[in-house]
Amino acid sequence: MVVILNGKEIEVTADLTVLGLLEARGIGTGSVVVEVNREIVPEAAFGETKLNDGDHLEVLRFVGGG
Amino acid sequence: MNSDLFKIGGLELESRLLTGTGKYADDAVIPGVCEASGSQVITVALRRVDFESDTGNVMDCIPKHMQLLPNTSGARTAEEAVRIARLAKAMGCGDWIKIEVISDNKYLLPDGYETAKATEILANEGFVVFPYVNADLYVARSLVDAGAAAVMPLGSPIGTNRGLKTREMVRILIDEIALPIIVDAGIGRPSEACEAMEMGADAVLVNTAIATASDPLMMAKAFGRAVKAGREAYLSGPGARQRQASASSPLTGFLSEG
Repeated sequence: MVVILNGKEIEVTADLTVLGLLEARGIGTGSVVVEVNREIVPEAAFGETKLNDGDHLEVLRFVGGG
Repeated sequence: MNSDLFKIGGLELESRLLTGTGKYADDAVIPGVCEASGSQVITVALRRVDFESDTGNVMDCIPKHMQLLPNTSGARTAEEAVRIARLAKAMGCGDWIKIEVISDNKYLLPDGYETAKATEILANEGFVVFPYVNADLYVARSLVDAGAAAVMPLGSPIGTNRGLKTREMVRILIDEIALPIIVDAGIGRPSEACEAMEMGADAVLVNTAIATASDPLMMAKAFGRAVKAGREAYLSGPGARQRQASASSPLTGFLSEG
């Protein structure tokens, strides 16, 4: 299936969770915040939040700024 | 003991200098800047993770004792600012938020109307809201009504190092607005931070001037001292300005008398 991750379409396996997606990309869960279809996913729910075809994901982190 | 603490958002801060984390050639200097400046509040921005390149995590460079002040940079409307603020809060670093709503890319001037709208929504949700705005009395009053924790007028456009160009308007905000006034943006030299504090600003936020100095650590120290000096000058009640000279030495007992 296809999801849109940070504005880009990517092909992922069915039943992939938010946690699975982050782990596959080497992203530590403590340093990011995740939105699925405009809803914030609490970190504690990363493992149980399954992605669906066409989902829009935003994965953000803090960066330098003023 | 310092009895002149900066009370803001439920905290009592020793330092009245807020710093940022943008534009550093090397983020590894940030802990040293925090120490040298004495700053206790530091800003960060929220951005998409770049999965293609493994950039360092700025959070690893921010000392744990610092109060984090995420900004909503990138927001062009109140709605976008509210979305970014909620995401920032979900990072688990507290509920302070600096509202930046900007749709002018040349001068990066803030949209007061959208900023006030975002401030009201977020203050109602329990955020401690620091709106970045033009030095405008009516905008500032709308922010008071909206529940802001402070008002952050710009000294000059972001990142310009041009100083306190808005001084007369900032002075009006200091006189008329009961909230803390934190001069943000454009402060390029310690003398300008000092002047803002002498005028009675409650604090200043400095990022570019420190981050782009040849020696950020020494500049951070200079800003820390300038902010303290300006605050003490303000508290000490500067004497009146006069047009004519007024001798500091006695005008009697000269050698040539008699």
